[in-house]
Amino acid sequence: MNNPATQAGDGVITCDACPVLCRIRPDKTGACNRYGNVEGKLTRTDPLIVTQQISDENGDLVPFLPEQEDWDGTLNFQSPSFVTGIGATTTYPDYKPAPFIVSSEHHDVDMITVVSEGVFSYCGVKVKIDTDRFIGPEAAPVRVKGEQVGHVTTAEYGSQMLALGGVHHLTGGSKKEGNATCQAMLKLCNKEAVEMTIDDGATLTVQAGKAPIIDDNMEERMRVGCGSATIGMFALQWHGHADEVIVVDDHITGVLSEHQSGKFLDMPPAGIRVRGRRSTAGRYFQVAEPGAGWGGTDITEPLSIIESIDPETAWPGLRLLMVSTTGEDQAYYVLDDDLKPVPADMPAELAVSVDRIAENCEPALSTVLFMGGAGGSLRAGVTVNPVLLTRSVRELRTRVTCGGAPVYVWPGGGITLMVDVLRMPDHSFGYVPTPALVAPIEFSMPREEFIALGGYEDHIKPIGDVMKEGGLHGVQPLAWQGNNPWPLAERQALEDV
Amino acid sequence: MDLPQVALLPDGRRLHLQHGPIDLVIEAFGEREEVGAAYRQARDRFRTVLGELVEELPQLRKPVGVDGKHLIPTGPTAQRMVAAVTPHRDVFVTPMAAVAGSVADEVMDALVAGRDLNKAYINNSGDIAVHLTPGETLRLGIVGELFRPTIDGTAELTFEEPVRGVATSGWRGRSLSFGVADAVTVLAKNAAAADVAATLIANAVNVDHPAIERAPARDMDDQSDLGDLLVTVGVGDLDHATVDAALAAGYATAKRMEGAGLIAGAVLVLKKEMRATGALPGMAQITLPVTA
Repeated sequence: MNNPATQAGDGVITCDACPVLCRIRPDKTGACNRYGNVEGKLTRTDPLIVTQQISDENGDLVPFLPEQEDWDGTLNFQSPSFVTGIGATTTYPDYKPAPFIVSSEHHDVDMITVVSEGVFSYCGVKVKIDTDRFIGPEAAPVRVKGEQVGHVTTAEYGSQMLALGGVHHLTGGSKKEGNATCQAMLKLCNKEAVEMTIDDGATLTVQAGKAPIIDDNMEERMRVGCGSATIGMFALQWHGHADEVIVVDDHITGVLSEHQSGKFLDMPPAGIRVRGRRSTAGRYFQVAEPGAGWGGTDITEPLSIIESIDPETAWPGLRLLMVSTTGEDQAYYVLDDDLKPVPADMPAELAVSVDRIAENCEPALSTVLFMGGAGGSLRAGVTVNPVLLTRSVRELRTRVTCGGAPVYVWPGGGITLMVDVLRMPDHSFGYVPTPALVAPIEFSMPREEFIALGGYEDHIKPIGDVMKEGGLHGVQPLAWQGNNPWPLAERQALEDV
Repeated sequence: MDLPQVALLPDGRRLHLQHGPIDLVIEAFGEREEVGAAYRQARDRFRTVLGELVEELPQLRKPVGVDGKHLIPTGPTAQRMVAAVTPHRDVFVTPMAAVAGSVADEVMDALVAGRDLNKAYINNSGDIAVHLTPGETLRLGIVGELFRPTIDGTAELTFEEPVRGVATSGWRGRSLSFGVADAVTVLAKNAAAADVAATLIANAVNVDHPAIERAPARDMDDQSDLGDLLVTVGVGDLDHATVDAALAAGYATAKRMEGAGLIAGAVLVLKKEMRATGALPGMAQITLPVTA
């Protein structure tokens, strides 16, 4: 039915969401409690459909009755459906229409989704590893089974970054290098673990959505901030329980009594000088070498970063807390009569604040973005005039998704996109021996746009037929991943402009 | 128009079927293949259940027994409804009083037909159909107050006892009620029988008291089968004697049903007071909170 609800004179509306056809008074709901009369409009009171609730509860896609080999989900899985490119295969030569050109309705708008699997000769993987530990020098080669598959790139906030793959490693080097690169990317994109080594650096195990393992150490959490930021956050909680706090960090090590936070609390100078280069008050660079010790330094014995203790300023009984920026490493000392730090039991108040540092650190993850260029001949599967598709994507009239997941289309020429593999269904990626990665890709647009692009109008199939006929291996319905926007939804923001 | 929804719940074990106001959570126990086949059978049957009911809805909203010649409906679920309410025709009751339980029973028959399952249940928003085989038991959680859905007690159903249906009703439940019961839980031979009995016992847990607010059913729900009859819309503070009188009225109704073989047992709860009758396996464990 086109009109979702018909209104009678008395403000009562008739819901046509199901055959019951409830007449709903203003501010009431129908028999199901799912639809209500809100100011004369039929309104879904809980917008989540069952299939979405499934994914929302555990964050994963749940295969639909997966144990049933002969399960014919096509006839029953009648919630709004979106056909992804996974398993769609591709067409060759390129000028043939894409395997599936699907029409479906969204809010009475006839939408076309062009579905295929793209062969990405130009593709790469960007890996973000949440750690302050040193994994290797910038631009150092990253190797898998000895073959170079990429390099360490510029570090980002609380993270080390890898740039892997790319056409030079895939096809520009030896056959062995190309295969190692392809397999490493394939595994990373399919959310599997890959072990890699960095020249003059660490051995890493990286898996999308999982904690990185660096030189056999599982990284548990990101630091709460640099040493100075940590002091800024926790100074008040330490005040009165310690006379000096040194927060060890590879980037900036903080010293409480010298820091602005300590000054503000009228803390007397403690006379404990740390190594490294003083930046501003209470903030020190390079107190040690980068490493796998305290706060991303190579420190395992915290007292080793103390350069001197000034007998004119320090005093016997001075209470010193040393802690790393993740709260994982901590030590408490009291200065003896010779002003030597002696390990002591940490007071409960300090232990609480140290635990709080740890609690405030986010879990460390490796995350993987697939990056690929869909600007080439792939476009010919959509339209006879490929540049029109590029423009339509650029002007946001056509939405690009990979396995239903939203993508970021890099500005400039071509259709170079990035997608978070965790938002894609499991095992979305494949490869061809070229070597190159195969990834699902879908272009969704209103029918008029498709026609205007010079799309293959006579190849449009209703979604119901596609669900019945399926691809080479039939149709496997999956629950929609709830945190992904629905690809066929209107672009509200643009319409408002 | 929304179509029937079919999905496995995240635990991967329970099947969720939903269409319009019908919400079924199904769990079958047995060999994997048998459970899968059973779920498919349930799904296939479920597809048309609501549509069939809607076709006969005007008739199903009319009270039985008034003119003594209620038409026999054609749909199998509707027939279950009429069969379940007919023994109660001496009071005002429409087949809709058994709709939830009847749907559960209907889908249960489809679920188990020709399948080798150890046990199964179908929960239709609190009206539950049960399937048991020798040696199998099913523990049910009992909710004391419909607005506070925590488990206050458990009942253990066994193959030997004839109980295959459980239903709970109260004035704050999904359906309108003439009574003031916070919850009436009934055990009966099937879910349809339990459903209508719970509704009628909950209606009978009643008393006149100024703290009880009532309104015509039509004001609450345009299509209510209860028309201009007054239904409960608010229950304020009630003194002990009033609670006692209301529960006594409901208890008498439950006893009469039990005597007539229409139910196996019932638990009535009002303002943290409880009455129970009949064979209630394991129900002695019910403890109600002393404070809200």
